[in-house]
Amino acid sequence: MTLRADLPEETLAGVLAKAFGNRSFLIGFVITLLVAAIALLSFVWTPHDVTKLVIADKTQAPSPAHWFGTDHFGRDILSMIMVGARNSIAVALVAVGIGMGIGVPLGAFAAARGGIADEALMRVNDLVFAFPALLSAIMITAIFGPGAVNAIIAIGIFNIPVFARVARAGALAIWPREFILAARAAGKGMTEITVEHILPNIATLLLVQGTIQFALGILAEAGLSYVGLGAQPPMPSWGRMLFDAQTRMVTAPWMAIFPGMAIVITVLGLNLLGDGIADILDPKSRRQR
Amino acid sequence: MTYLLKRLIIAAVTLVLASMVVFAVMEILPGDPARLMLGFNASTDQVELLRNQMGLNAPLVLRYLHWAGGLLSLDFGRSYTYSVPVIDLVRERVVVSLPLALIALALSTAIAIPVGLFSASRQGRAGDTLAMGAAQLGVAVPNFWFALMLIYLFAVWLRLVPAGGFPGWSAGIWPAVKSLLLPAVALALPQAAILARVARSALIEVLNEDYIRTARAKGLPYRAVLWRHALRNAMIPVLTILGLQFAFLLAGTIIIENVFYLPGLGRLVFQAITQRDLIVVESVVMLLVAAVIAVNLLVDFSYAVVDPRLRGRQ
Amino acid sequence: MKLWKTILATAVLSFAAATSAFAARTDLVIGIPLEPPHLDPTAGAAAAIDEVLYANVFEGLTRIGPNGEVLPDLAESWTISDDGKTYTFKLHTGVKFHDGSDFGADDVKFSLDRARADNSVNAQKGLFAQIDKVDVVDPATVKVTLKNPQGSFLYNMGWGDAVMVSPKSADANKEKPIGTGPFKFQNWAKGSSITLVKSDNYWGASVALDKVEFRIVPDAAAAVPALLSGDIQAFPFFDPDSVSQVKDDPRFKVVIGSTEGETILSINNKKPPFDKLQVRQAISYALDRKAIIDGASAGLGVPIGSHMSPANKDYVDLTGLYPHNVDKAKELLKEAGLENGFKATLKLPPPSYARLGGEIIASELRDVGIDLEIVPVEWAQWLDQVFTKKDYDLTIVSHTEPNDIDIYSRKDYYFNYANPAFNAIIDKLNLTSDEAKRKELLGEAQKILADDAVVGFLYELPKVGVWDAKLQGLWENAPIQANDLTKVKWTD
Repeated sequence: MTLRADLPEETLAGVLAKAFGNRSFLIGFVITLLVAAIALLSFVWTPHDVTKLVIADKTQAPSPAHWFGTDHFGRDILSMIMVGARNSIAVALVAVGIGMGIGVPLGAFAAARGGIADEALMRVNDLVFAFPALLSAIMITAIFGPGAVNAIIAIGIFNIPVFARVARAGALAIWPREFILAARAAGKGMTEITVEHILPNIATLLLVQGTIQFALGILAEAGLSYVGLGAQPPMPSWGRMLFDAQTRMVTAPWMAIFPGMAIVITVLGLNLLGDGIADILDPKSRRQR
Repeated sequence: MTYLLKRLIIAAVTLVLASMVVFAVMEILPGDPARLMLGFNASTDQVELLRNQMGLNAPLVLRYLHWAGGLLSLDFGRSYTYSVPVIDLVRERVVVSLPLALIALALSTAIAIPVGLFSASRQGRAGDTLAMGAAQLGVAVPNFWFALMLIYLFAVWLRLVPAGGFPGWSAGIWPAVKSLLLPAVALALPQAAILARVARSALIEVLNEDYIRTARAKGLPYRAVLWRHALRNAMIPVLTILGLQFAFLLAGTIIIENVFYLPGLGRLVFQAITQRDLIVVESVVMLLVAAVIAVNLLVDFSYAVVDPRLRGRQ
Repeated sequence: MKLWKTILATAVLSFAAATSAFAARTDLVIGIPLEPPHLDPTAGAAAAIDEVLYANVFEGLTRIGPNGEVLPDLAESWTISDDGKTYTFKLHTGVKFHDGSDFGADDVKFSLDRARADNSVNAQKGLFAQIDKVDVVDPATVKVTLKNPQGSFLYNMGWGDAVMVSPKSADANKEKPIGTGPFKFQNWAKGSSITLVKSDNYWGASVALDKVEFRIVPDAAAAVPALLSGDIQAFPFFDPDSVSQVKDDPRFKVVIGSTEGETILSINNKKPPFDKLQVRQAISYALDRKAIIDGASAGLGVPIGSHMSPANKDYVDLTGLYPHNVDKAKELLKEAGLENGFKATLKLPPPSYARLGGEIIASELRDVGIDLEIVPVEWAQWLDQVFTKKDYDLTIVSHTEPNDIDIYSRKDYYFNYANPAFNAIIDKLNLTSDEAKRKELLGEAQKILADDAVVGFLYELPKVGVWDAKLQGLWENAPIQANDLTKVKWTD
């Protein structure tokens, strides 16, 4: 841990200058911003209506009218990718939110308390990690039925131990530090110290882990949708588009190529962004991936 | 010794807890296996009779103990759909999944280590940037999409390998291995990308150590230093990741096995879930969980071997 | 790119040429969508069992031909007594089971008695219900006495459920089937494939194929590349939706036949607002059958207006009753007091006709103001929730049993439809044997179902077979679920 609470020499301008000098960050930032912008744009405008099926226009090759071609129901692929971005981002973002919202307090609490609480948390972590994630997601959706909400839950559950582990490890490294000892001497309680000193100091760690889990969440959502357990029609989703494409690879390869590229580019952007953030704020950190 | 003992106990406790979770999940899975076996037009009486025969009407705790006891003595029960012992099914499937995981692991190592070495030795230069850019791309590619592209390129277009299916080992080693090549490549690529990144950073770390500088100062050629000293010392994090990846590969092949319709464990468990062959789901999931726990335990043990201080510590 | 491909292809070809001779092929890999639960056709209803074993491994006294005709099989000839109650079968001699034991009259008696016994697990015991007794006259002659004359007896003896088995091996047939056919069982790799090889001691005309592998390919997504890459050379039951991928490829032959599968949008008739006739009629008007057939079954399949196959002699064309008309549908909904539309769920089982058709129907119903939530279900859940518990609004399923219009009269059937007038017709039908009268009654029955718009009648599911153009002798139609390989050969 080289992150410090007190970085007087690091001004915001300095960090920004560093950020935009970092290639990973810059590329990742631009891609992520672009994907987010496209997702937002889809709320107000898409080239074509994605809920309207025009069977007569099915599987048309890319053309000026349909830049990325049409799918097996005559829908515009570009429009579907735009709306699909919403779904991917929403699922991954909420799943990260679940993971952080539950995992971070658990991890921070375990680190602060130690002993039985810590031990119990780690054992539950072991238990969750022992189940292959995709298999468990499939079982969860088998119980509750497929759908975007259940996909979020299935992915979110597996984010909890990840964030708990990161938060705990980060917090454990901070607790023995002098400024914490000073705070304790000043009579501050465990919760107060955690909120005031520990969390701000592990925020970057969590941010980096957050982008990683965000990227993994997008891949996981695509995988679940691909086996038919994610978002349901008429809501377009990238994984489902690939599922629909796979039986039409001969006559309509564009149905597979463009949504696949959308996934690759988005995940790439997020990973670069995460790398960049880690580099800027903590040049020596070894990222575990 | 206390460290190892503690890890062992933890593993055992995790296993028992996992078995309870798996059993509970199967209990709340909607769909009656007896109804499914008998089909559309069976009467309620017939279904009830079969439920009794299958032991589905016994009290919960009794059924759990019966099942868990069976697992301990390697008696996994009989499949509802195939009416053969589950252990036989598992045996048939392991000979597909295990070699697939091993080939994928070998491939990913064979790609990742040289790339890691290459990148580390050219840190910050164009070659490094290019290789790590490729690795970033590899991590971002969904493996099922990659599999789809591979099938159409190598099986449909070039017709070099089968598009899917598994002829069985009785068909000969080469035909069997050939049918595992594409799925192994599809699985190996993202893993190789991850591993290459780990290998690179581990190598860079080692290359900055004092003894490497010393070796260089003594006049050993760079290449020799890289191979003889750096690689060996960088192996520890790499092996850790490899261990975790193996567990992942053994269990995480569900989608890939479906894309290539390979009769492996992942596909077995996926089919069993849709057919509500609960006994197969329970047993295979437990087996996979046990495999993950065992690999984690091995990793823990290897830490102890590497770092003797751990052995005595609590 | 092109040059590169040529070079590679040449390399591959020369490699292939080096490893295989140029003689006509004698091996075949057939793709089947479902894995049989076991391999005994006399102990299970699953069509997948017959698709592998019928006529290939197991034979009966008679057999069904490619066009549904009855042909002699193990019985080379037969005589029927004047009262139509006694059938005397003359058996082929020199017939051996695959385990080397002889086949004779004793085995016929054993097989038939076993199938009709009280504790029999035969899935079609009704086939044998009229048999009074089976007598062995001599090793090559069997006499079967019926309780009543039965016109369909010889046809019944041709079913997969009536094949001949040996007392020595019958109990083990589920795992290791032993029959008298031209192919013998070699191996079953569970979840993967079943392999048959040519039998050396076959009594009849020799078959052209040496080895046949039935490979289980449940997903259409895997079937297409398997066919294109040549791994699998025939899919007798191919997913219609995928036909477009191969129909323009000269390497393959696409054969379209018909099935007995009425594909319908089932409606829960008791659940409001579907208990209102106007609502159900509105749904029927909202459906655009052409778009559904084009989008869900590649344009194959014949529209239907009631529950009867257009190929049936008693079929009445009612497809004009509810033409696609969005305004009319909206008007009917308004009459029903639902001018603002309503929400409902559409539960879809796994087949592509349901999943694809469901998306189209949801879009069409949205146009008239009905907002459907699509809920995909596995067969297990479908049977449980929809079929058994009737917990559904709408679902799509193909009813593949022939002549099954009577399901609408069944109490507690999942449609929740109860119309005394319809039930009276079915009751009358069951007591009527006069063909003309039956036709009239069946016509009335179809009319009532259409008028009541009990369900949304969509189309007759097509039977699509795709195989290598060089392959000859596969059945084009499917009078029964079978893949008879006895006449199949490769040509060049």
